[in-house]
Amino acid sequence: MELYQKTVFELSRLMNSREVSSVEVTQSFLDRIKEVEPHVRAFITHTPSMALETASLVDKKRLNGDNLHPLAGVPLAIKDNISTGGLRTTCASKILENYIPPYDATVFKLIKQVGMPLLGKTNMDEFAMGSSTENSAFFTTRNPWDLEKVPGGSSGGSAVAVSTGMAPLALGSDTGGSIRQPASFCGLYGLRPTYGRVSRYGLIAFASSLDQIGPFAMNPADCALLLELLAGHDPLDSTSYPGKVPGYVSSMEERLDGMKVGVIKHSNEKGFDPEIKDAVTKIANLLEKEGFAIDQVEMPRTDYGLGAYYLIAPSEASSNLGRYDGVRYGFNGGGDNIENMFSRTRGEGFGPEVKRRIMIGTYALSAGYYDAYYLKAMKVRTLIRQDYETAFKKFDILIGPTTPTPAFKIGEKADDPLEMYLSDICNITDALAGVPSLSVPAGMHSNNMPFGLQFTAPPFCEGRLFNVANYIYRNRDPLLPERPPASFRKGGTE
Amino acid sequence: MAIDFRKDVEHVAKLARLELTKTEKETMAGQLSDILDTARRIQELDTEGIEPTSHVIDFPATMREDEVGASLPLNRVLQNAPKRDNDFFRVPRIAKSGNDGQ
Repeated sequence: MELYQKTVFELSRLMNSREVSSVEVTQSFLDRIKEVEPHVRAFITHTPSMALETASLVDKKRLNGDNLHPLAGVPLAIKDNISTGGLRTTCASKILENYIPPYDATVFKLIKQVGMPLLGKTNMDEFAMGSSTENSAFFTTRNPWDLEKVPGGSSGGSAVAVSTGMAPLALGSDTGGSIRQPASFCGLYGLRPTYGRVSRYGLIAFASSLDQIGPFAMNPADCALLLELLAGHDPLDSTSYPGKVPGYVSSMEERLDGMKVGVIKHSNEKGFDPEIKDAVTKIANLLEKEGFAIDQVEMPRTDYGLGAYYLIAPSEASSNLGRYDGVRYGFNGGGDNIENMFSRTRGEGFGPEVKRRIMIGTYALSAGYYDAYYLKAMKVRTLIRQDYETAFKKFDILIGPTTPTPAFKIGEKADDPLEMYLSDICNITDALAGVPSLSVPAGMHSNNMPFGLQFTAPPFCEGRLFNVANYIYRNRDPLLPERPPASFRKGGTE
Repeated sequence: MAIDFRKDVEHVAKLARLELTKTEKETMAGQLSDILDTARRIQELDTEGIEPTSHVIDFPATMREDEVGASLPLNRVLQNAPKRDNDFFRVPRIAKSGNDGQ
């Protein structure tokens, strides 16, 4: 078995016992990138020398006998909307194509502090707006299980990097499904933490009341370990939660019997793939056998989630993206007066989906429409939150599909924004409610594509998600492939 | 009643400082009408007396002392400026008359 195929815990153990060095581990991932990346294109920026430099520094510290974090020397990939000081951060947008952040995001600071080598910055939908990476201004990332299909989005590059073994861990961001949906499409674990659990400082803003940074991993323990590092209060983010961070890893093996599980009943499951619906029942049965209490839960107002989300998120985006005016950073479209410089810069610098969202948001916030759209949507958000509060009075955890279908074909939904939005239908309401939600690989579709189920817990109960995921992980079908086939060719996998 | 976004596109694009081509405007009018028609379904819900949720934070905002801290050095603040003039960001002339000291 190659080093890149091992779990993070195994890599950490091997480095700690000095059986392998971080340089060797990092090199194994870099070699894997060389092999796989041309076929899938998950990275916007590669940082091999930076990674090896960090790795060799960690190796020196280890030889010195320094006390190191379990993640020291474990490499990772970071989504290209997270600021890495001195290293180009593009948001997959032409408008930030040459942007070099003058400071580090708090999560990157934490990663540097423990000595995790950075392998590169991953591709995404422009400004995290999209569900397929097709909205990247640079190129579309391909799904490693079938190169004709999308990896999901917006954190598609991060999902692909981890699922193919190009990185053992990655960071994504989730505003309305951008971690969980690609995790489902690529067959790995992806967590959206509780809003406020992980600092947003240095995450380039899309919709500030919804954005959260979270981890991708190949198993629940690795995912928990990375969240432990990322979580915690940050004085630089006023929405950061001041409470302490529980030991997610140490409590992972706790017994779970008696836990009450609510199976979400969507009122409109017309577009839901029957095999995915069956998988929900199968997993619910598995949990029931272990002593979980299973019942259906209806959340009537969540049907309005899509409508509320597509008013709230674009409204916040139209405001946040007002900063791209060609003055302080980014692309400048030229012009002889300030008005047309702004308009040209933004007209040429933003791609179609970003423009659509800015237009919707500007409209929803404009005079005469504010009450009917934005204010109304915020009230609906309250009702959706109430649905969750009611559900969590009765249930400890909720379960449903992460995505209505497995990955779709590249180009299939590219011309129909509404169809594209519907692929996040299961992810949006958790985001509006601010609750944590984890996508867990749940099997293979008969079309040979993976898909995930989504577990949702009350605020700050990420530990519960890891516990249940760990139980499912231990009981997984050993015959199912965990990773896409090792070699690639054009037009499909071998 | 379906929304006809065509008459609004021009105005909204101006508010958003977004230059759109003729084709973009046409495509967008159709797409935005569809999206807003779906979004408008929320009108069906009775929200009488419901407080709006602008954020989901249940804990009080953390405050800190208002103390002067270190700022980024000027060079790093200006490192990404598309147009720079020494320690300034350079923009096209804003004032209309020529008597602004230039």
